[in-house]
Amino acid sequence: MQAITDRFKYLFRLTKGLALVGIAMVALTTAIFSTLSGPMAEWGIKDISVRLLGMRLVEAEREGRIVMLYHSIAMAVIAIEVYFITALVPMKDNQRLTINTTVTFGYLFTMIFGLWFGYWGHNWILHGLFLLGLSLMLFAGITLSVALWPWRTEYRVTDRTYAHGPGEIDLERTAFFTMALATLGSVIVGAIPGSYFGNGFESFLAENVIRQPHKTPLELAVIGHLHIMLVLIAVAIMLVVSRWFDFRGALHKVAMPLTIWGTLIITLGAWLVVPFEAIAHYIIYAGSTLVMLAALLLVIYGFGKLIRDRLAEQGIQKASLGQKFAALFHDPLKFGSLWQMVFMNFTTSGPGIFMAVELDKIIRQWPGREERIILTGHWHMLSAIIATIILFYFADLAGLKGKARQWLGWLIIVGSDIAFVAVDIFELKRLFIGEASQQPLVDWTMLFTDLGLGTVVIVLAALMIWRLVDLFKKNGRWKQELAEAAQEVSQ
Amino acid sequence: MKRTLLFLTLAAVLIAGCAPAQAASVPSFETSVSPEAWARVPAGKFLMGPHNHETLIDYDYEIMATDVTNAQYARYLNEALAAGKIKLTGSQIVGYYPGDVFHNYKHEKRIDAGDWLYVPLDERGLRLAFDGKTFAANPAYENHPMVQVTWFGAKAYCESYGWRLPTEAEWEKAARGTDGRPFPWGETIARNNANYYDSRDPFERGLGKQGDTTPVGFYNGATYDGYQTLDSASPYGVYDMAGNVWQWTADIYEGVHYRFMRGGSRGNYDYNLRVWTRNDARPDYYGPSVGFRCAR
Repeated sequence: MQAITDRFKYLFRLTKGLALVGIAMVALTTAIFSTLSGPMAEWGIKDISVRLLGMRLVEAEREGRIVMLYHSIAMAVIAIEVYFITALVPMKDNQRLTINTTVTFGYLFTMIFGLWFGYWGHNWILHGLFLLGLSLMLFAGITLSVALWPWRTEYRVTDRTYAHGPGEIDLERTAFFTMALATLGSVIVGAIPGSYFGNGFESFLAENVIRQPHKTPLELAVIGHLHIMLVLIAVAIMLVVSRWFDFRGALHKVAMPLTIWGTLIITLGAWLVVPFEAIAHYIIYAGSTLVMLAALLLVIYGFGKLIRDRLAEQGIQKASLGQKFAALFHDPLKFGSLWQMVFMNFTTSGPGIFMAVELDKIIRQWPGREERIILTGHWHMLSAIIATIILFYFADLAGLKGKARQWLGWLIIVGSDIAFVAVDIFELKRLFIGEASQQPLVDWTMLFTDLGLGTVVIVLAALMIWRLVDLFKKNGRWKQELAEAAQEVSQ
Repeated sequence: MKRTLLFLTLAAVLIAGCAPAQAASVPSFETSVSPEAWARVPAGKFLMGPHNHETLIDYDYEIMATDVTNAQYARYLNEALAAGKIKLTGSQIVGYYPGDVFHNYKHEKRIDAGDWLYVPLDERGLRLAFDGKTFAANPAYENHPMVQVTWFGAKAYCESYGWRLPTEAEWEKAARGTDGRPFPWGETIARNNANYYDSRDPFERGLGKQGDTTPVGFYNGATYDGYQTLDSASPYGVYDMAGNVWQWTADIYEGVHYRFMRGGSRGNYDYNLRVWTRNDARPDYYGPSVGFRCAR
């Protein structure tokens, strides 16, 4: 019994354990539900999954099911980020416990009952429990915002190398707080249309209404909601990486105000999509520019720090260019978390801006389905990039070292980046090839996408299996981590 | 040296990858479904869209049992050319369209009165030939759906015989009947129900998963060289309402210059073949997976 209690304590009390469960749940969900579409469906795996798991897939409910799936995965990702935040940002222990407990019940309820409802049958109790899960997430968000309140005297900056405002207010904490608050408001923007469409079961995917000249306010709210939520998840992981790198100094002092204002402006822009769609985009562009600049400053600082720290470790005073690059690439987890932010500009932001600028001239000369492919690829990639950064951070947290760290890091970087480039070529193929000649290009890009994503998935599986096997060991790494945590608490 | 070899190998792979695939030979099958046939759809309510909204069409109408074929379109072009209803401009067949009302909505483009493209003659994937005097369908594709045709070209074809393009509602009712089914034949889709991406029909051999168009009425329960199809007609006996080629519909909506297509195509995954799925494009858009049928 003690063995089970100890493991339960590890998995549901420690940040490492909580994040492990969250990632494992996302991995499991992805493993099951990715069999229902794309190449897995082509290979006939979908039929096996549906039969084996007894799923009840009604064709007219596909969009609704996907909405449930997106929310399930998103809630788990948000929970993982919350665990990271409560561990990194100072707050009271009881606040940390309340937030982590609530968010854990929240995402598990959302995920388990949402997917059960969507894929296995319509029982209203399941739907109610799905909504309860979302409500718990909202409550966790409110509690987190309270805990992050930056104006408490005990959280003022004492080291002036960190960004601070009037009265020594910690601007990094303020950025976390702003992000949390913006998320809460954006949740409401989604919850209102969600309750309307959900009640009538008239769900739709935003990419299916893009060319409708008249979108209802509720449709616009859904579009604003899904965009801003993904942005805020990205801002959250950027701030987590800032803490991980102990971001400080002049760049920090510029980056944090940019993050705060950028987050506020983008959020405002996304909310204004409902009443003022025509101008909302410009506000969003302005906010995005600020946040992207902040990310750039983090990358500059982080790359420099990686080089400096490694060279200092090696005792090299005057390094050659080659030595500097070697130092930069030395730790693929830390390098990867920053590199993915850079790479995102080539594969996601760049094509996104191109699409916005050339919308009427190029993109809307193509059939709606082509535009839909670009949109879907665009946000899948952004989500995947965020996921890889979370994985880098978790792998570091999990104590991955030596060759395993190198292999995991580089395989994720190379695998995901190859996949992203291939997806970009696929989604923008009309720029350089007609439909009648596209099949070879489609085959090649699909092959590289599958290989790249397959690599990431295998690496993720290996990481999960490593930690799972460890949990079965009497004196595994988990026990050591549990003991370390207990020691920290007693100190 | 190693680098050069690596570069050359990569270049070879890329060049090979970009070369268009070619089927060794196009299979030729008679389907026993006549492209001249029409199906009658009685007046009444039906369930429209994914959320089954009850919709009334208060008149009887007929819709072509299959898509318009290459042979039919070639015949029309010859008649229209002789009658002076179409013009040849370079390698394009064009014809007059009186224009749309322009509402100046965001993203709306003007569709003014004038000559608009019907069919581009030099486009890969077009199954028609023109010898300077006469149009003819490629013999292997005579009974395949006409593709590479714009909305203008589709509309002109139908109107030249006194018919019209079906509205979206007419199209959907003809495809699903009145019981709210998602596919013309029922609730679920199998590979031998329709021509879609990786449906593994005989026309995918050598061409890849997108394959080629299949003859109209191909999915009628017959066996072709050992390939067994399922009878996939709609409740009104209409074929090819899912997959093969997207089909232009008639509706023009206020503030939108796009025209809408239904049915999904050989290039789409199966869920795009659900009867309510829409695609849209400019009316002068043409593609190797875009065709049409008429209503009257």
